[in-house]
Amino acid sequence: MHKIQLVTRRNFIKSIGLASGGLIIACSIPASKEEETKLKSFNGTTFEPNLFIQLKDNGELILLASRSEMGNGVRTSLTSVIADEMDADWSLVSVKQATGDTKFMDQNTDGSRSIRYLFEPMRVMGATARAMLISGAAAKWGVDASTLTTAKHYVIDPETNKKLFYGDLVKEASEVPVPENPTLKEAKDFNYIGTNLKSIDGKDFTSGKPKYGMDIKMEGMLFAAVARCPVTFGTVKNYDKSATLKIDGVKDVIELPRVAKPFGPLGGVVVIATNTWAAFKGKEALNVEWDYGTNEQYTSASYNEMILENVKKKGKEVRSDGNVNSAFKNAEHIVESTYQLPHLVHAPMEVPNATAWVHDGKCDVWAPVQDPQTTRSEVVSYLETNEENVTINVTFLGGGFGRKSKPDFVLEAVAISKKVNAPIQVVWTREDDIQHSYYHAVSAQYMKGALDKDGRVTGWLHRVAYPSITSTFAPDTGYGAGFEFSQGLSNMPYQIENVRCENAKAPAHVRIGWLRSVYNIIQGFSVNVFVDELAAKTKKDPLQFRLDMLSKDVVIEDPSGYHFESSKLKNVLSLAAKNANYGKDLPQGHGLGIACHYSFFSYVASVVEVSVIDNALKVHNIHSVIDCGTAVNTNTITAQMEGAAIFGLSLAYYGKITAKGGVIEQSNFHDYQMLRISNAPNINVEIVKSNSKPTGVGEPGVPVIAPALINAIYNATGKRYRSLPLTDEGLV
Amino acid sequence: MALVTINEKKYEIDVDPDMPLLWAIRDAVGLTGTKYGCGKGLCGACTVLVDGKPVRSCLTSVATVNGSQITTIEGVHNENKVLQEVWQEIDVPQCGYCQSGQILSAVALLKENSKPTDEDIDGAMNGNICRCGTYHRIRKAIHKTAAIMNSKTE
Repeated sequence: MHKIQLVTRRNFIKSIGLASGGLIIACSIPASKEEETKLKSFNGTTFEPNLFIQLKDNGELILLASRSEMGNGVRTSLTSVIADEMDADWSLVSVKQATGDTKFMDQNTDGSRSIRYLFEPMRVMGATARAMLISGAAAKWGVDASTLTTAKHYVIDPETNKKLFYGDLVKEASEVPVPENPTLKEAKDFNYIGTNLKSIDGKDFTSGKPKYGMDIKMEGMLFAAVARCPVTFGTVKNYDKSATLKIDGVKDVIELPRVAKPFGPLGGVVVIATNTWAAFKGKEALNVEWDYGTNEQYTSASYNEMILENVKKKGKEVRSDGNVNSAFKNAEHIVESTYQLPHLVHAPMEVPNATAWVHDGKCDVWAPVQDPQTTRSEVVSYLETNEENVTINVTFLGGGFGRKSKPDFVLEAVAISKKVNAPIQVVWTREDDIQHSYYHAVSAQYMKGALDKDGRVTGWLHRVAYPSITSTFAPDTGYGAGFEFSQGLSNMPYQIENVRCENAKAPAHVRIGWLRSVYNIIQGFSVNVFVDELAAKTKKDPLQFRLDMLSKDVVIEDPSGYHFESSKLKNVLSLAAKNANYGKDLPQGHGLGIACHYSFFSYVASVVEVSVIDNALKVHNIHSVIDCGTAVNTNTITAQMEGAAIFGLSLAYYGKITAKGGVIEQSNFHDYQMLRISNAPNINVEIVKSNSKPTGVGEPGVPVIAPALINAIYNATGKRYRSLPLTDEGLV
Repeated sequence: MALVTINEKKYEIDVDPDMPLLWAIRDAVGLTGTKYGCGKGLCGACTVLVDGKPVRSCLTSVATVNGSQITTIEGVHNENKVLQEVWQEIDVPQCGYCQSGQILSAVALLKENSKPTDEDIDGAMNGNICRCGTYHRIRKAIHKTAAIMNSKTE
């Protein structure tokens, strides 16, 4: 059994574990952990070959989901891999959610890597159980195990046609040794992998049963709402709680100091009440005087001008091939553009919330967290206790998008529970969520391209400025990091002789974090729009222009073992174009736009069809194609690609977070809008058939949408938009 | 004190009469399928049926629903089991959080309109945000539910 863990180039990134470039996969497992995943003692009714599988004598099969369910379908996909290798009957499977514990391998549900990391380990878990059930049956029948086979919860002897139900083998299977290298299935023998399996939680989802964070209730539990400083890292000067204490249901008002750690609580004034509403009302009634601190200087209007100026000047070198300056000198045409994208916020439908009870030297947490292991280690560190005293129960997540891998909201609940000596449920208001997040970085980009007389791109200069995620984890240098550049900047896919990528300064004034697709949103946007601008200059078709720039079939090796293959990017481009009937005659005012992007080791292309009539934008159709290697669950992949299209349209239409005097100007869904059903287009998804190792699914569908939309609008109207959101342009 | 029937069961809710129905249902009654999303009637996650009509429970005080019949997601099978099953068959939910509100809005739409067009669906469902982006499947599920219900009544 191998544990797959992250090894990163920079230690402080380790805890945040971003998925894209800069990460290396290593296989290792400490001996003690290996012991833990092995056979446990037989209790008379249940076969437990490893931590992920419990088979009861009635045949009921309980499989452990080690990753968090946030709409990613992971409770279904991971367990279906175990069930497949085990040859189990899916109708007898139920899923148990793992607590946060290093014995379950990496649990950080982030970076589109649950399947990429756990596909093989989960196969081994299932195959181990199957081998032991076969051995158990062989012992019972007195035959050679190699003569036996399995199907749908039965061990079968093909010689005699005798069958033994898995449930009737729990004792025998528990008595055989755990095989070292169980045989894995061949892909052609998969029953569930590669099929269109529905969510195992579908019935519960449609009857209100799943417990999300806020749905946890317990005896004696109190509710807390926190007033945080409107400016990031500001502090409480003093406060008047008299009006709050008069509110029916309010029990107490206390001060919570900031913990100056990446995932530390921001601190503020806490209202403790007997119900959520009283806590919210009590918070509104507080009168707090704040010391805003240095981030009061942060105003988006002037900051955005500053970073735009910064990208017009030479920056730090990120990549340099050939000589771009001579390419520009010898060019037939030069194309220059700047792009500006704002901060974004995740805004999952379920706001950050957590329930914690610190009692008797222990701490129990129930929370919607993407990274329960980091949550546990942060709580352990905060309470200065040991791991065994801290239990992180992972609830369903009402969306995550990266927000819930930062457990600051859990630490708030822990700190308050410790202080008031009662179970505490902290609930953020939507305003808290929009105004105190870890924001997706604002950006400015400058691009310059050289074209020769045949319309070939001979020079490519791409300069970016954005606050770095590393600023949340270490003193801010104002510059980005390798794992940020490798999300579409330094690894842009096109074959161009002279390439230079640079990074210009952009300091952080709010907490910067990762949001679904991360810097791929920024760099996937500019690269795809700029390529269209180059194509327009040469009067070439944007699809053909891209294919020409990918003409050689090259493989760019990556230390992760996941290599970039240009032929796969070409393939998704061609398929998306074909599915969209690219080149078809369009009505007046309609346009098609195309974009492609490689991220999280997956290849995606989308074609967006729009109309712009009387300055009103309508997106009619989106055709997306993904090559994510082996497709484990085609239903989930399709759903993720559909959702990614909507997520991409949302940010293109409306996504904008701005600060004025350090205060975030948006507060709820009226001024941080989401795409609604009336603007939702038809979405068609194709999944490329592949036997390669599985790669990312949750995020890769997002980065192509906004640039494909911009390119479609250009083709419909002749007008090129270079900044988002489009609501600022009066189009939506 | 408000007297209400929730999912065919009678409750006496003894809370501040100004308390929004959302929090009364969740924190006092203890039915947690109804969700908080925005507190301002902007997202529809808290939608319940009050006397058959879709209502944003985050903006509706307990006092105003005294004597009413309320349906939450936990009781939706009494209202429209077909829709619930179609929702499962098409596997509409992703994270699932907004789906209580989506389903109740859809149930209310089909009560009023047995053959909704895309435009009708937009009109009835536009108040319900889904951050996961399940709109495509919601539309499909409503059309399919309508088709099944109509074939049964014809």
